[in-house]
Amino acid sequence: MFKKILLSTLLLIAGSAYSITVEEVKGITIGETDSRIEALAKAMLSADDKTAAFLQALSDDAVKVAGDKIVVIQGDKVVDAVTQAEVTLPDDAEDVINNNRMRGEIDSALAALKLFSKDDTVRAAAVKQLQSDADETKLPLIEKALATEQNTAIKDQLGMVRAAALLGSADKAKRMEAAKLLATSGQANTKTMLLARLETEPDAEIKAALGAALRQVESALAWGDKLGALFSGISLGSILLLVALGLAITYGLMGVINMAHGELMMIGAYATYVVQGLFQKYLPGAFDWYLLAAVPVAFLASALMGALLERSVIRFLYGRPLETLLATWGISLMLMQLVRSVFGAQNVGVENPSWMSGGVQVLGNLSLPYNRLVIIGFAIFVLGSVAWLIGQTRLGLFVRGVTQNRPIASCMGVNTARIDTYAFALGSGIAGLAGCALSQVGNVGPDLGQGYIVDAFMVVVLGGVGQLAGTVYAALGLGILNKFLEGWAGAVLAKIAVLVFIIIFIQKRPQGIFAMKGRSAEA
Amino acid sequence: MSASMKPVSLPSPSPLLSRTGWAAFLVALIVVCAVAPALNLLVPAGSVFHLSDYGVGLVGRIMCYAICALAMDLIWGFTGILSLGHGLFFALGGYAMGMYLMRQIGLEGNYKSELPDFMVFLDWKTLPWHWTFSDSFVATLFLIIAVPGIVAFVFGYFAFRSRIKGVYFSIITQAMTFAAMLLFFRNETGFGGNNGFTDFKRILDIPIATPSMRMTLFVLTGITLLSFFLLARWLINSKFGRVLQAVRDAETRVMFSGYNPLGYKLTIWTISAMMCGVAGALYVPQVGIINPSEMSPANSIEIAIWAAVGGRATLIGPILGAFIVSGAKSWLTVAYPEFWLYFLGALFIGVTLFLPDGVVGLVKRLSKSANKSGDRA
Repeated sequence: MFKKILLSTLLLIAGSAYSITVEEVKGITIGETDSRIEALAKAMLSADDKTAAFLQALSDDAVKVAGDKIVVIQGDKVVDAVTQAEVTLPDDAEDVINNNRMRGEIDSALAALKLFSKDDTVRAAAVKQLQSDADETKLPLIEKALATEQNTAIKDQLGMVRAAALLGSADKAKRMEAAKLLATSGQANTKTMLLARLETEPDAEIKAALGAALRQVESALAWGDKLGALFSGISLGSILLLVALGLAITYGLMGVINMAHGELMMIGAYATYVVQGLFQKYLPGAFDWYLLAAVPVAFLASALMGALLERSVIRFLYGRPLETLLATWGISLMLMQLVRSVFGAQNVGVENPSWMSGGVQVLGNLSLPYNRLVIIGFAIFVLGSVAWLIGQTRLGLFVRGVTQNRPIASCMGVNTARIDTYAFALGSGIAGLAGCALSQVGNVGPDLGQGYIVDAFMVVVLGGVGQLAGTVYAALGLGILNKFLEGWAGAVLAKIAVLVFIIIFIQKRPQGIFAMKGRSAEA
Repeated sequence: MSASMKPVSLPSPSPLLSRTGWAAFLVALIVVCAVAPALNLLVPAGSVFHLSDYGVGLVGRIMCYAICALAMDLIWGFTGILSLGHGLFFALGGYAMGMYLMRQIGLEGNYKSELPDFMVFLDWKTLPWHWTFSDSFVATLFLIIAVPGIVAFVFGYFAFRSRIKGVYFSIITQAMTFAAMLLFFRNETGFGGNNGFTDFKRILDIPIATPSMRMTLFVLTGITLLSFFLLARWLINSKFGRVLQAVRDAETRVMFSGYNPLGYKLTIWTISAMMCGVAGALYVPQVGIINPSEMSPANSIEIAIWAAVGGRATLIGPILGAFIVSGAKSWLTVAYPEFWLYFLGALFIGVTLFLPDGVVGLVKRLSKSANKSGDRA
């Protein structure tokens, strides 16, 4: 699809000037692969939009040959490849067969041509593609692009591509220059490129320079890897924190084992999906800001559902944790089926707003996606709000009072039943916020909550029941531990190792990292 | 002072089963061993009394579930420890059996190799170490009991020693089965990855997919269920069983009376796990497949609901519960697939809210009130 759009825009730009010659077209289209590649390289020296359009057609298998006539199929029209005049499709027209080698050449030629696109993102993508297969034949094009490039980020990248192209040069001085240039790049494919060149390099002097460059690149990469693991650990930790914060209130403070917590998150995620749909339909202009509206909606939807559950089921089960566990598991099954009936069993698509896509490039191999950064910020915001709500407000005072000593709180005139409902709704609402955040980084489906429920309980149990601070440390600690183990042992083994670690840890400290002291510890 | 104290007389142990109990037990035994095979194999297929192969498979499967429910009842109903990881023990027994059945396929697999197909697929040349004993049926029988037993013993020892109880214990058992599921999903573990084991051909060199073999497995399962019932009954009536119930009702007081609950809890926990392992081993040849999804936390929690629906702390209850819930499941998932989860969810909520003693408790309550009104009349 994208290719088609690109093709038509290129055609529009091209107008009717014929700058690709009959000989070039024939050379590229007919003959042995070797001679076609040679012709392609020659055509690239004087290439322009017309060449690009033709190559795109070739890559899309839209070019046919009949004798020495070469035509391009454009939708239901057939045009001559050179003059663009409309012709009838000759009866003996045959498809042009491109083997993989030819295809690779065409693709990288196309990428090289995209270096002159007016769109920054297209150019950046083209530079990225060229990085892996730069060679000397594209050097003139790259240098031409380098001369006209305005965007500094792309220009830097392009410089690296030029260096990569120089690396294969027959000229020793140029190779030396390339080695020096590449040393400053901190990218993973530079490393493979240098390694490959080291194998074939005949000259000892350049070999030494390449070795030095390799070491420099490797140390930059190692830093990037470590920081990357740390960042994804913090990112996972922030998600775990969001997921576990609601649970820290319903389970940690109130002692309710809510197995439907994951499904309350799912409701938050689906609320986000619905808000997105409404914005698409009624406010397409403000679509980028739908997430801001989705946050309170997700909170309210889950909080209302939580209040409903508390009033209808959970309040009858206070003090019977095992029964609560089973009943809330039943609730989770029903909520999942409800969502399946309403929205279908398939995952639904929730898009990132445009300001959340992309990321900041910190090091060559380390870029921080905006959506992850936003979620980290969001987790901090939610944590702050909860801490303030529990620690500073009257409602928080009542919640703490009721959890510490229900009869005395009741004697003081606190309506304990109402406080239970509020507290449970608050915990559920935070689950909704977590769901809203999760919808931006993962799939939204009926099973969304199931994947997180075990993790969430682990975080709360590890952090110590009744502790917000413990939850924070446990979430971040588990997130970072998980990601570092992942780099070392793979995702599944890391997960298993973390679970085993928690099981062992609970042996040592059954009350979590921050044990409650005194009488309430036994409760 | 001590002179004035009367010696404490313990209540004399009640008989294993009452007279009617034995009669009912005998009837059940005859039904399983004689009536069901006769109805399935001898009565012609067109007759109303014919028990279809589907019916045999279904009831055979449910009896395996009933064994799990019974095991769950011992640990939850009588000792007060809710395990959300019994699916793991079930699956471990099943996998031990499955390994043997995979070896029995021999050269008839798709790749005509001595090794199970999935190993050929993974380009393995030799059997991994944990498959060493898988070609011996006797060793397999031992593993079916030993593997779940050892896993449960080690896990239970550490958990009970540090006095993890209540919900904490439930949640870490859930984490345990979840971790095991992730482990078994991996191809490297050597258990067939997410496809698990299937395509069994023979057991003890006898073809597995024949009506008589199906009936044999059915009868075996029935006998196992009934003998486990007797075993559980005996355990619960013994002094050991009384201590278990005391632990359930007031663990601290039991400790202050000079008992160390660790040994009691650990023993019943291990026995319960072994029973589940046996159930899994009987289950696998009947359904013809075992894969890691048997270890999913949802399966384990379903075992708890069987026990809860039937009635905890009664032995007949969980067996009934397994039949009621699984029967409803096999009917509803075919007839109204979208309602099954609503039904199951409502069952979880309804039983915990309104039927704390399950169906058996309900029947007792109803008959008691009927007696009362009868007395008055």
